[in-house]
Order: sequence, then structure tokens, then C-alpha cells
Amino acid sequence: MSTVSTEVVKTYSDYGRPLWRRILFTREMAIVVLLIVVLVVASIQLPRFATAITVTNLLLDVTPILLISLTMAPVMITGDIDLSVGSMVGLSSVVVGLLTHSGWSIPSAGLVAILVGAVGGMVNGLLVTRFGLPALAVTIGTLALYRGMAIGLLGTTAITGFDRTWTQLAKSKIGDTGIPSVMILFLILLAIFVVLLHFTSFGRGVYAIGLSKDAAAFSGIHVARTRVILFILSGAMSALAGVFYTLRFTTARGDNATGLELAVIAAVVLGGVSVFGGRGALHGVVAGVLLIGALSNALRLAGVTSDVINIITGVLLVLSVIAGSLMQWIQSRRVRPVTTTASA
Amino acid sequence: MNSAASRVLGVLRSREMGILLAFVLVVVVSTIKNPGFVFSKDGWHDLLITPSILVVVAVGQAIVIITRNVDLSVGSMLGLSAYLAGTIFVKYPSIPWQLVFLIGLAFGALLGLINGALVGYGRVPAMVITLGTLYAYRGINVAWTGSNRINADQIPRGLQSIGNNSILGIPILTIIAMVVLLVAAWYMRNMRSGREMYAIGSEPDAAELYGLAKRRRVISAFVVSGAMSGLAGVLYTARYATINSQAGFGFELDAIGAAVIGGVAIVGGSGTVVGAAIGAFLLYTINRALPVIGIPDFWQKAVVGAMILGAIVLDRVLAVRQSRKLRETKEVAA
Repeated sequence: MSTVSTEVVKTYSDYGRPLWRRILFTREMAIVVLLIVVLVVASIQLPRFATAITVTNLLLDVTPILLISLTMAPVMITGDIDLSVGSMVGLSSVVVGLLTHSGWSIPSAGLVAILVGAVGGMVNGLLVTRFGLPALAVTIGTLALYRGMAIGLLGTTAITGFDRTWTQLAKSKIGDTGIPSVMILFLILLAIFVVLLHFTSFGRGVYAIGLSKDAAAFSGIHVARTRVILFILSGAMSALAGVFYTLRFTTARGDNATGLELAVIAAVVLGGVSVFGGRGALHGVVAGVLLIGALSNALRLAGVTSDVINIITGVLLVLSVIAGSLMQWIQSRRVRPVTTTASA
Repeated sequence: MNSAASRVLGVLRSREMGILLAFVLVVVVSTIKNPGFVFSKDGWHDLLITPSILVVVAVGQAIVIITRNVDLSVGSMLGLSAYLAGTIFVKYPSIPWQLVFLIGLAFGALLGLINGALVGYGRVPAMVITLGTLYAYRGINVAWTGSNRINADQIPRGLQSIGNNSILGIPILTIIAMVVLLVAAWYMRNMRSGREMYAIGSEPDAAELYGLAKRRRVISAFVVSGAMSGLAGVLYTARYATINSQAGFGFELDAIGAAVIGGVAIVGGSGTVVGAAIGAFLLYTINRALPVIGIPDFWQKAVVGAMILGAIVLDRVLAVRQSRKLRETKEVAA
């Protein structure tokens, strides 16, 4: 305790870290680095990994998760969660199937499906904000409801035979690169969401809500409106993913993409979004999705049964969150001498 | 008003009563449409036995939710335990089935302990941890089982008779579920540690400041949930006798749904295991009642979703009304 008096008074900036450290030593960067390591090791060890066909399959497989993670991330940063996304993919798939079956063109059917998604998201958002219900409980309910509607509308039948130009487009690649054309759509959406989340006042509001809803409301952020907008976006994006899903597999079924919500949430959390809200960035989220996708693809090529990937997903998820609190604990121990003397 | 009368009134006014009435209504309407729903031997048997396994899991889930946590891994734990039980019977056909019940319980408790320790010491939301173990446990199950499948002829007759026979017209599975339910209900209502779980769930920080062993209670809630899922796994083996790697897949949503419909608030601190059990009965009976009432059973899931939403909205409205009433009486007293 006697050392307290000799301690030099530090200013705020002395405690802050330099910019390069703030960018490099983050949760997000750790995931990005891990992704690069996995890609490099897999490319060296597995001759079939770094081929155009693997790239195509990998990216096509993760596209629905990539798309939905763009909206799941901001929803979770506000401290909410949307468990109904997988069901909305199924519902959207059924809507597209039924409409094209009765003569609609793919684009107009897709637009209606996305509209349905937006309405479904709005129902989530209004139930959460108007009634003050926890998003977890509401979206468990709509998970069952939307899936039930999808199965109710279509039964156990499947609709196939979509317009080939569109199904081919969904699977088409950019030149010889093996990168699917749908990645262009994703990159445009990614750019929009990066700007929205990281460079607008709306985006700052999202983080503020996640840190403290009361404080955010007092600083003039439209808390309820922001949360509803995010749920609407989440529903619409899931429906878009459903349209893609339908075209890629050329089947509309009520049980399409069952359980996808857990895969999305796992990837988003792995990418550094805090379940408590207030933390997260899109580069981490995208890296998280690609990490799980690349890892499972590489393991499949290495002859590991595709089901062991479940174990790895789960363990990775648990480790990534535990690592976060472990780091916090170590940091709190390092800072402790200062804080105890301050409070003494 | 004497205490007995007020007690009766309290029971009549309780949240569980509403769910019970809804359950009775479903049964009555279905029985009017088709008397066999209750009055045939199969109908009566199915009415009682179908929700029994879910009741066991929902009891554990309710205890976890009461502490303001959630256990998403129950379906995976059930599957793992079911396959373990099946494998034991294949390897040691002469093993007494009572022992397998204990092994299932202990194995589930161990899996639950892993969940609880990660939640308690990791200071990470239970939802994330149990989402992780949902994947991990299911993955272990699939890696272990592969495309293998345990068939009915490999499960001893004795166990299968427990899964399907009745005593005095009540299926044995239902009796087991009721015993579990009564013990849990008594414990949560009367034991100090049970009450502490409510305290922790309604205000974790206050409970900790008050000196309650928050971490230990949360861990034990997860251990109970794991043990219940483990027991349910053995019951699953007894009832269906065919087990593949997908046993209990998606069960977590049914269990959470049953608890929520039964009035266990997802934010913790309120609700009872009895409510969760009635919720389980309502959930699975609705499934069977829809075709009887004339709604194609494809719509089952939608109805379940609407019911969950209805239940949480109702809970919220009741809670708001009650807090307003409390405030008014406080103002009057002041």
C-alpha cells in the first residue's frame, strides 16, 4: 500500500493502447488469423483443397449463413437474438415454390418472399419492443410458428422444376476462379452493412443500445425503432437466403434449412459478437462464418466424417467465449493493484 | 379468510391453473369429436405416455430457466444417454436394467456438470455454452454411433415392458415422470436451496450480495437438467427400443416450449416445475388433438408456435398488472 504515493499519475492516454495494437490485438483479428492458418495448412496438406471446385462448394455452402450473419450480428450487438431465421429460410423457400408453381416469375416470387420475411421480422420486433418480451422467448415462438407455416403450406411435398436460367445463375461462377457469382451480391450487401454499422449514427446507436438501453434512450437514440428495423432486416435477409437456398438446391421444401439458426449464431459468436450485446465487428463475423465453413470442408476432404465437424464447431464456440472471459480475468488481475488502491 | 380457503383460492388463481384448463379443454373437445381419444385403451395410454419423456426433461429445463439460464443441450444429452444405454445392453445383455437407469442418471449429470462448470466459471451466457455443447454432444454421439443403429431385439424385454406397459391403467413411464415431478416440485417449493434458485433467477446480483452461493446453485441446476436428460434417454430406449444417432434431435425446443407455455418466465425467477409438466402435456396433446379436431397435422408446429407466443404475452401482461397492483397497495400503505 505504501507504493501508492510513489506512483506517477497517469493520464487517460497512457492507459490506452496505440492504434496498431487496438486493430491487431482483437478478438476479430484472432479469428481472421486462425482462418488464414486453417486455409494455409489445408492448402498445403490437402492437394484438393486449393482448387476451384472446392472454393465453389465451400462458398456456396456458407452463402446462406454469410447472408444471415450480416443481420444477425447487429441484432445480437443490440443484445437481442433472432432464432427464427432458419424457419424464415424455410418459409421463404415455400413461398417462392408455391408462387412459381402457380406461374409467377422467379424475381417477383422472390420479392414477395422477401416481403414476407420483412413482415415476419416486424412481428418479432414489435413483440419484443411493444410488449417488452425477451427476444429469445419471442423468436423461439416464431421459430416454431414460421416453420409450422412453411410445413403447413406445403406439407411433405417438395416443389421442383424452377426456371433453369435462375437456378444456373445461383450456381454460376465468375470466370474460371471458382468464386460463385452470388458472392458479388454478398459483397455489395457486406459493404452496405459495414457502412451502416460502423460508419453511421444508426450503427453507433446499435452499439449504444447493446451497452445500455437506458443510456442509449437518454442520449436520444430511438431504441425501439432501431431494434424493430434490425428485426425487419433480419427477416428480409433470411428470406433472401431462402430464395438463394431454393434456387441452389432447386427444391422448395417446408423443412429446408432446419437448424440453420444455430449455425448462424455459432459463427457470429465465434466471430467475436458478444451475446451480452455492445461488442462485435463485421470482419470478425465474416471470418467466423468462413472459419467454420473452411474447417468443415477441409476435414471432409481429409476423410474425417462430416459429423465430427459438429464436435469441432461446438468446442470452438465454447473455447472462443471462454477465451474471452479468460483474457478479461487476466487483464482484471493485471489492473487490480491500481483499482484497489483507487478504491481504498 | 382462513388459510385453507385462501390456499384453495391461490391454487385456482395460479398460472398453472390456466394451462391445466387449456389442457382439459383440448382433451374434452377432442373426446367429444372422437370418444376414443380418451376412452379407448390406446387413446388413454397415448394420452398419458406421449408427454412423459418430455415431462422429465422439461422439469430439468424449468429449474435451469428459473435460475435465469437456459439449457439448449438437453436433446443432445438425451440422445447420448439413450445410445449409451442401448450400447450397454448390447455389450452386457444380462445387466439389470435398474443399474442402467442409474448409469443414465449419472452420465447425464456428468454432462450437465460440464455445462454448469463452463457457465459458472466461464462467466459466459448459458445460451452460448449450451449451444456449443449441443453441437459437441451431438457430434460425439454421431462420431460414436456412425450409421449404426440399435434395434428392438437387442434391448431386453424387461426394459421394453417398462417403456410400454401399465400398472392399474397408468403407463409405467408416466408413473416415473410423476415421481420425478413430485420430488422436484417439493424440492423447489420447500427446500432452502430450491428457494435460493428462485432468488438467483429473479435478481442475480442481489442474490449474490445477500450471500447466496450463486455459482453452486447454477451448477447444480445444470447437473439436475443433465441428470433428467440422462434419465429421459434411458426412458427413450425403454419406449422406442430403436436408437440411432439422431435420438432426441430438436428436443431442446420442445422442452423450452413446454416450460414457457407452463408459465416459467424465460427471464427467470418465476414459474414452477408443475407448470412446465402441464405445459409438456398440453404441447404434445395438442399435436395429437389437431387431426382429431380436423386441422391437418402439418399445421401442428404453427399452432405450437402461436401457443408459445400467446403464453409469453399472457405472462407479460399478468406480470405488468401485478406490479401495478403492488405499486398501488404500496401507495395506499404510504
